[in-house]
Amino acid sequence: MAEVSVRKVVKEYEGGVQAVKGIDLDIADHEFVVLVGPSGCGKSTTLRMIAGLEEITSGEIWIGGDVVNDVPPRDRDIAMVFQNYALYPHMSVFDNMAFGLKLRKFPKDEIKRRVDDAARILDIVPLLDRKPRALSGGQRQRVAMGRAIVRNPKVFLFDEPLSNLDAKLRVQMRTEIKKVHQAIPTTTVYVTHDQIEAMTLADRVVVMNGGVIEQVGTPQQLYHNPATRFVAGFIGSPAMNFLPCRVQDGANGGLAVRITDSIIVPIPPARADRYGAYKGKEMVLGIRPEHLFEHHDQGKPGWTRVDLPVDVVEPMGMETMVHFFVDGSPVCARIDPATHAAPGEMLPLTADLNQMHLMLPDTGRVV
Amino acid sequence: MSASVADRRNAIAAKRGNSLRNQRLWALWGSYIALGIFVVMFLVPPFYTLMTSLKSSAEISAQVGSPWLVRHPTLENFWYLITYPNFQRYYLNSVIVTILTVSVSMVISVLAAFSLSRMGFWGSQTLSTSVFLTYLVPPSLLFIPLFQIIGQLGLINNFWCLVILYPTLAVPFCTWIMIGYFSSIPKELDEAALIDGAGYLQMLWKIFIPVAMPGIIAATIFAFTVSWGAFLYPLAYLYTSNQMVLTVGIISDLIRGDVFQWGKIMAACLLASLPPIVIYAFLMDYYVAGLTAGATKG
Repeated sequence: MAEVSVRKVVKEYEGGVQAVKGIDLDIADHEFVVLVGPSGCGKSTTLRMIAGLEEITSGEIWIGGDVVNDVPPRDRDIAMVFQNYALYPHMSVFDNMAFGLKLRKFPKDEIKRRVDDAARILDIVPLLDRKPRALSGGQRQRVAMGRAIVRNPKVFLFDEPLSNLDAKLRVQMRTEIKKVHQAIPTTTVYVTHDQIEAMTLADRVVVMNGGVIEQVGTPQQLYHNPATRFVAGFIGSPAMNFLPCRVQDGANGGLAVRITDSIIVPIPPARADRYGAYKGKEMVLGIRPEHLFEHHDQGKPGWTRVDLPVDVVEPMGMETMVHFFVDGSPVCARIDPATHAAPGEMLPLTADLNQMHLMLPDTGRVV
Repeated sequence: MSASVADRRNAIAAKRGNSLRNQRLWALWGSYIALGIFVVMFLVPPFYTLMTSLKSSAEISAQVGSPWLVRHPTLENFWYLITYPNFQRYYLNSVIVTILTVSVSMVISVLAAFSLSRMGFWGSQTLSTSVFLTYLVPPSLLFIPLFQIIGQLGLINNFWCLVILYPTLAVPFCTWIMIGYFSSIPKELDEAALIDGAGYLQMLWKIFIPVAMPGIIAATIFAFTVSWGAFLYPLAYLYTSNQMVLTVGIISDLIRGDVFQWGKIMAACLLASLPPIVIYAFLMDYYVAGLTAGATKG
């Protein structure tokens, strides 16, 4: 078990393309950190640099208090689980899991004990004699995790391990991974492009974009206090709604946000101080679909009514997504499935402006 | 109205179905005819060889009736060859040369292919292409300069020269097959092995060779075929019976002046064909898998 530090790490490929642009990240012992971001954001490159599978152009990587820049992967005491499992096809499940221990010349009974223990944790004891081709996707992924666990390494690295599984199995395996981390709390770095996976698994989430870290925080911090428009849009499903707006004077000496000539909503007094400096400026209003709901009379402070024309209704069983257009910008609301919303009709909504975010249009920074 | 539309749809579907069935039928017939011609063309010579080998010299020289039939079958040609010391020597020489050629070629090819396909060093792409280009140079162009080299090594009329020469023919193609096969193995497999603690040689020995066994067998069969069936080089470099291999031994020993001992020649050809037939029969599945590996995403 160990802490991992990434200090001003740059990865530049031939031709001058920078995949990672000088990131800093400290991961505590036992922590489960998820790197999340869209394709090409540098998350997998970062993980591979920690693993030693990619050379770093500049900066330092520390594992367990030692700089490991020039240490080969086998001497970093890490274990990695790959997206496509990377099981050795000619070996049985037992041999796959034991391979690393055999190379390190562990005694036979110790190898057997460790493999059996890991197999019990992962519930793959009956599969130990099978070859990988005789396993389902979920079982293969368990074996890949078992191969990592038996080594009892300082750090677990997961590179999009659930991406090849179908949706149902992915949810199941997500829980398995969480259980394994609770049982064996090894420092873990996990890469995914799926923000739900990131939110459900992580102690802390690192959101990356364009080779830089946009924000590091707990899932709740990222959801409630995104630092940038990118994070606000990336975390949460469906994504946050963004509407161009202007901050102006409102009723009773307060502030208001003008979205269109007919849609002007008051800013809750608690936020007036924060947004006062932006009066008269063009901004972007961000509000999540779950903070727009069907209007009813029992209001709360910060709630305001907005009537919008329905464009599309998507019933999903436990909730219904209703889509609108406001001055050309798409808006989605997460509504009670009992709604009578119909395309073309006006739907009275309540916007919970206590949950609103204002962003600078040029930098995307949340103010 | 709706009924007539449905009828028309059904009629179109039925017509399309019939047309597809007809097309499939014609394609099948075409395939059978083409395959039939192919089988006849390829099986007639071995059949003729077998028939002739079972005839005595007297029956061959006084041919009566169809040459495809044997009137008095005999194994005298086979018995003669099996007990003929020169033929035994040719066979032994061929076996020694082939085993050594295949071993040398495969060791070089596997190591070369592994480094070219997986170690990604500077110039590896150009080298890979160059390896294949050398295969395209016809051996008939090389044998004169190679004669000089072999002469300087003092190996003219010594079958060991073939152990040096044959790998120059086999290695480029075997390396090329192996590069293709190794490249089809997911890169994550070597990365997993590296993290598990393997060095490059351990990775090759414990992961790549077992996984790429079909490709290795395909390359082995190719190297075997090159070595066992080569004619030009032994003809050019070997001239005494004790050094000859089967391909040149048969013609130099069994054709004397203008006397062709057809029965013995044909029997010798059949005996010489036995090892390739046995090896192909046992390894054919692997061979086909080796040639088609990596062709699709799979």
